[in-house]
Amino acid sequence: MKAMLTAFAVIAIIAVAAPLVLERAGFSAQERSASTATRLD
Amino acid sequence: MRTILAAFLSMLLLGALPAPAAAQDATGAAPDRSATGGAQTLEDILARQRGEKVDNDFRRNATSDGQIPGAPAPQLAPLGGLSDSEIWRDLRFNEADVSASARGPAAGVLVQDGGMRWLQLRDGPLRVYGGYLLLGMIAVIALFYLIRGRIRIDGEKTGRTILRFNSVERFAHWTLAGSFILLGITGLVSLFGRVALIPLFGKEAFSTLALASKWVHNNVAWAFMLGLVLVIVLWVIENIPNRHDLKWLAVGGGLFSKGVHPPAKKFNAGQKLIFWAVVILGVSISASGLSLLFPFELPMFAATFETLNALGIPQAIGLGELNTALAPHEEMQLAQLWHAIIAFIFMAIIIAHIYLGSLGMEGAYDAMGSGEVEVQWAKEHHRLWYDEVTAGSEDAPQAGRTPAE
Repeated sequence: MKAMLTAFAVIAIIAVAAPLVLERAGFSAQERSASTATRLD
Repeated sequence: MRTILAAFLSMLLLGALPAPAAAQDATGAAPDRSATGGAQTLEDILARQRGEKVDNDFRRNATSDGQIPGAPAPQLAPLGGLSDSEIWRDLRFNEADVSASARGPAAGVLVQDGGMRWLQLRDGPLRVYGGYLLLGMIAVIALFYLIRGRIRIDGEKTGRTILRFNSVERFAHWTLAGSFILLGITGLVSLFGRVALIPLFGKEAFSTLALASKWVHNNVAWAFMLGLVLVIVLWVIENIPNRHDLKWLAVGGGLFSKGVHPPAKKFNAGQKLIFWAVVILGVSISASGLSLLFPFELPMFAATFETLNALGIPQAIGLGELNTALAPHEEMQLAQLWHAIIAFIFMAIIIAHIYLGSLGMEGAYDAMGSGEVEVQWAKEHHRLWYDEVTAGSEDAPQAGRTPAE
């Protein structure tokens, strides 16, 4: 049971962390699709 | 003088016009389009409306080269040497030189040819057959339950347990399983939401749910891939087929008859089938999922089609050579269709797995719940594995523990 709950917690942590990591790594949709002449944010 | 000039111009025009007609004659079966000067005819339009396949090459090849046929260059008309029709055909067949301020391979595609085909497939057969597959699997399981009932432990319970899966194995399983359930539900929300959920609770509420669903689907995907890698690393060796599997399969694993327990090691043939299905479908769904997560950056269908064409597989089954000149959107559409088809097969298999691992078999859930299984259960379902782990000791190594809940 403990292993199951740990796994579910890890799923939640990964889900929250994934978009933050991807955005920081420059993979946000707006950054990937805007040209160099576009100022983001 | 004017008459001579008019005759000369007429000759010039007539001389220019027969060129496309002659090109069509060369293809043999091309219909006569001389009445429209090579453009599509009423018959073409009606055939398309009847849903017949119309060979579009006569339009695809009639795109611009920047010149009016037979006229001296350069052209000084408002559109240069182009006609409106040529410009639209250029856009329609993705041959226009488009500059867009947005980046990415899709930015320059203004008209996408295959979009409608994809939408009709997604909204039609994909939903219908996918839905039937899942409902059919649930019906088969319900029938199996009604006929066979719960598969009980046949022998007398010992009250002792043995460790079947350690905490790392259970963690890997639940990472994969938990993320799979979330991905399955949110995937179904994305595919069926418009037809099944909007009528239930309206567009606004569904919009919130759809956004949340998309967020979960996109971000939980990474946990699924982690779980998949862990499960493959942990269990691949024990899932290599062996001679006991044939015996197991020959008696249907004893699933259909009471008191039949073919010998099996840690994993029986049925579990091995599930394992390899999870590996193959899991890798495939991850690959198409990554292609969807990073739009237009990881196209994989043109390359796959090229390989298949080179192997002659589509030609052998009568599909002819597959189109390898895919628009960026087409790559995404194919990835979505493939992702969903694999997902339906995957879900159908996992529904059966969930049933057998919980309601369908007494004592099975404990293997992934606490990790400890009843010794009698282990002897009945995994005799060879039980003998292996208890070899050299009178009692099972983990025996004597409290039975799992």
